[in-house]
Amino acid sequence: MLRTRSLFATVMLAGVFSLLSALLFVTLDAVDVAFTEAAVGAGISTVLMLGTLALTRRFESPPAHTPVIPLFVVLVTGAALVYGTLDMPYFGSATAPAQTHVAPDYISRTPHEIDVPNIVTAILASYRGYDTLGETAVVFTAAVGVLLLLSGLRRRRRKEEEDV
Amino acid sequence: MRHHLILRVVTKLLIGSIMLFALYVQFHGDYSPGGGFQAGVIMAVAFIIYGIVFSLQDVQRVLPPWLVHKLSALGVLVYAGTGVVSFFTGYGFLDYAALSPHHPVHGQHYGIILVELGVGITVTGVMITIYYAFTSRTPVMDDEAW
Repeated sequence: MLRTRSLFATVMLAGVFSLLSALLFVTLDAVDVAFTEAAVGAGISTVLMLGTLALTRRFESPPAHTPVIPLFVVLVTGAALVYGTLDMPYFGSATAPAQTHVAPDYISRTPHEIDVPNIVTAILASYRGYDTLGETAVVFTAAVGVLLLLSGLRRRRRKEEEDV
Repeated sequence: MRHHLILRVVTKLLIGSIMLFALYVQFHGDYSPGGGFQAGVIMAVAFIIYGIVFSLQDVQRVLPPWLVHKLSALGVLVYAGTGVVSFFTGYGFLDYAALSPHHPVHGQHYGIILVELGVGITVTGVMITIYYAFTSRTPVMDDEAW
């Protein structure tokens, strides 16, 4: 159990948590996901959170209400999630839906249709090319949103006009 | 004011290797873990670390904001453009066989490299854009503030 009001420490702990979950993904043999988690979660997110911290304050203000209701909600959600894992297939089980549904199809088709050793890339860029195009558009939209909200382009332009 | 001598020297040494690693992750994505998303993030990190250790002005002299904004859009354009090319040569949208009609498997390779490049360019641009947007609002802080 750890409690802190220092937001800097919280951001650092979030980065550590992200790195640990990357290790968890490596253990689950999902190296591509682990790679993304380490680069985005532990790397860029931490830097952006620090950037946000620099815009606000370093310490959280004391809460105005008791933590009973949030704690209750978290406990109930946690219990529901644990209950949900009870009838999940065992880790690495050959009869799990993840192993029997579309995965064997991709594995058997990739060598002669795409012929790249990394099947994840084949699925991501070729079989699911539409999805990845959508993801790229989402990432681009994020940049547009941040630019519109934060860049202050209009403010700068107005200032330049005043200077002239 | 000059400070953090060790950080400055180590950063200068590291940036080259970080960029090289990003290019490796980008173009070796067919063979090993990685691809456009990861490579884009790593490439962005090379610029962001330069901005953190030196200053925002220094990194914006290397990579001005207008160029980063154009890059974010260019990546999506490369990706969608690949689809449009295959579309207009008589294949389905994003059917990479169109890029090499006599040898569809090679077409798949070219297509994957192209769209991964598009993803990489966009992610690099977007990450640096967001970093610029956040840090350009902040007054420069002294080290004691942390």
